[in-house]
Amino acid sequence: MSHPIYIALIPIIPLACFFVLGLFGRKYFTNSAGIIGTLGLLSSTLLSLVTAYEYFFVSGKINGVYQKIEVVKYTWLEFSKGISIDMGILIDPITVMMLVVVSFVSLMVHLFSLGYMKGETRFATYYAFLALFTFSMLGLVLSSNIFQIYLFWELVGVSSFLLIGFYFEKPSAVAASKKAFIVTRFADLGFLIGILILSFYSHTLDFGVLIERLTSTGSTFLITINAASFLGVSALTWGLLLVFIGGAGKSAMFPLHIWLPDAMEGPTPVSALIHAATMVVAGVFLVARLFPVFAISNPEALQVVMYTGAFSAFFAAVIACTQTDIKRVLAYSTMSQIGYMMFALGVSKYHGEEGLGYMGSMFHLFTHAFFKSLLFLGAGAVIHMVHSNEMKDMGGLRKLMPITHLCFLIACLAIAGIPPFSGFFSKEEILMASFESNKLVYAVALLTSGLTAFYMFRLYFSIFWSKEADTHQTHHGEGTWTMKIPLILLAILAVVAGFAPISSWITADGNPIKSSVPISFSVLPVSLAIAGILLATRLFKTSNELPQRIAIQLGSFYTAASRKFYIDEVYIFVTKKVLFNLIGRPAAWFDKNIVDGLMNLLAKLTASLSELIKGYQSGKVQDYALYFFGGIAGLIIAFIYLWK
Amino acid sequence: MSEVPLTHILFLSTCLFFIGIYGLFTRRNMITMLMSIELMLNSVNINFVAFNKYLYPEKLDGIFFTIFVITIAAAEAAVAIAIIINLYRSHHSIDVEDATEMKY
Repeated sequence: MSHPIYIALIPIIPLACFFVLGLFGRKYFTNSAGIIGTLGLLSSTLLSLVTAYEYFFVSGKINGVYQKIEVVKYTWLEFSKGISIDMGILIDPITVMMLVVVSFVSLMVHLFSLGYMKGETRFATYYAFLALFTFSMLGLVLSSNIFQIYLFWELVGVSSFLLIGFYFEKPSAVAASKKAFIVTRFADLGFLIGILILSFYSHTLDFGVLIERLTSTGSTFLITINAASFLGVSALTWGLLLVFIGGAGKSAMFPLHIWLPDAMEGPTPVSALIHAATMVVAGVFLVARLFPVFAISNPEALQVVMYTGAFSAFFAAVIACTQTDIKRVLAYSTMSQIGYMMFALGVSKYHGEEGLGYMGSMFHLFTHAFFKSLLFLGAGAVIHMVHSNEMKDMGGLRKLMPITHLCFLIACLAIAGIPPFSGFFSKEEILMASFESNKLVYAVALLTSGLTAFYMFRLYFSIFWSKEADTHQTHHGEGTWTMKIPLILLAILAVVAGFAPISSWITADGNPIKSSVPISFSVLPVSLAIAGILLATRLFKTSNELPQRIAIQLGSFYTAASRKFYIDEVYIFVTKKVLFNLIGRPAAWFDKNIVDGLMNLLAKLTASLSELIKGYQSGKVQDYALYFFGGIAGLIIAFIYLWK
Repeated sequence: MSEVPLTHILFLSTCLFFIGIYGLFTRRNMITMLMSIELMLNSVNINFVAFNKYLYPEKLDGIFFTIFVITIAAAEAAVAIAIIINLYRSHHSIDVEDATEMKY
């Protein structure tokens, strides 16, 4: 690539915005902070689009295969020859796609926040945090070194923490931000150990070299890492699984998903940005980045990815059917869709047509980013209007907010997989891939897609239909134009993104493939989705007693689902009862009594010794003179009688 | 005229030295302590001169040393008096018992 400088600028512009707004925002840019942040991001987005054009249409392809291009490489810390932490920029199809997605969604969120966050006292700080997050996320996708990705990974975690806890005067927001940070940080510990294992055996931290060394058959690195084993599992599997744990933590896969629903305490545009479109797909991105290693050298680890993804997809969809907080429904829906992406990677193989799952996963990531951020921003607009997150406070809003209503409907159709909306195409690819590879996963995916349609339309009808609108709530209109434009743009993308020829751009091995899903194959998922929608229409279009009765019929299962299957309670039990009592308390006792005791004993000994001899330093000159003469006399005696 | 024996002179200097030590340890007044130190120095001077005269009458080393000691003693007295004046300014007393801040 001939002009690498502007690629480096893509993350640097948001970083500059962060510093400017973070340092001077509260004083000088109280009102203009939003404009500055949005303009900065607009330029990043344009540069991303230029990069994408340049890569996909001009210079990325060599002999019909998209190349991995290392644009910038700067050695930052060198541990030994070959092992160094570099700061680099790696461009390949998924990076370019993520660049476009991240910067575009972030731009939409910046724009939407102009209206949504207007009048906040910490308006400038909010934009500074958004810029920090965007910088970290862009840096993450551009990383060329596995340790560099880890640095940005943590930065993303911190900025997410800051944004979830933005309303820090609310105790629940503080608790949610702490929970998100601790859970993901815990998962990142696995990631770090995974990095260490992989780099220890492959003697490098660089992605390109690492992947090459761990995938080429017969390479000595591959043989050693496969030979080394712990608990009967090879070091390669351990390394990949631990890296996957890091990814699962960020991507809210079961059982590390508990932070995501709580993270909805943050401002709604933030949820759209971080917890729908960008940060939560970082785990998928990570697995995709290391996909050759997974697929070629270690299909066992990939199996784990597949089952985790499939289970999370189904599990979250069930919970989503019972939640009443609209943002929580969306959060579980996000978790479910990311589960889709994960198991799509899991069922995929590396070469040629068999890499359909990989391509489908990336495709779904691409389309999901648009319709899910649209759903969140739509929910934000609704919440802005009715000042509540609960479904029971809403209903009949379709007349009051027509644009939001239309956009939300489009997004719901897209996520439900109704043709010709974007979600249909990506979901079909995933279903096709899983059908060819694993029938069980296919069945789960099918069921989940029906559930998805059901709960999304439950949400849609509860917000916009159900009952007549409470007119006295409408003290202000649908929102400013800055809130409507992102909705409209995202809605357009939610319709057309499915037509993007992703299959010829992003594939596992870089060779374009032709993916064609036969129409006969689509009949079943689409009819299931339509069935889900019809069921939701029957139950929720007008408010009636039926949902209540069904809930009572389902009895304890419904309760369990609405209490999120008691996973939070299990965590609390494990941490508070088991860990604190069995490990925490004994450790604290040991620290207080043995470690501190030893130190106190030493201190006491020293003190009593000094008590004994300190009288000699009396401060009286004559005492000192006496010691002096005594010393001289002693020396004289010693010289005369003892040391002859 | 019969010469004074060496032992008499040594006896005198020893007496002077221990009078000096006694004064140094018993007096609380710094000027008196300074005077005691001068006594001790002078007893040493007497020793130097006596040994020079009785053991090596042809040499002058002992006498030179005595002159050195007198010179140093003068300088030392000047320094000591400066210290005493400063002490008086800060404590309004030249009693050593009053200046015991520098203890444990």
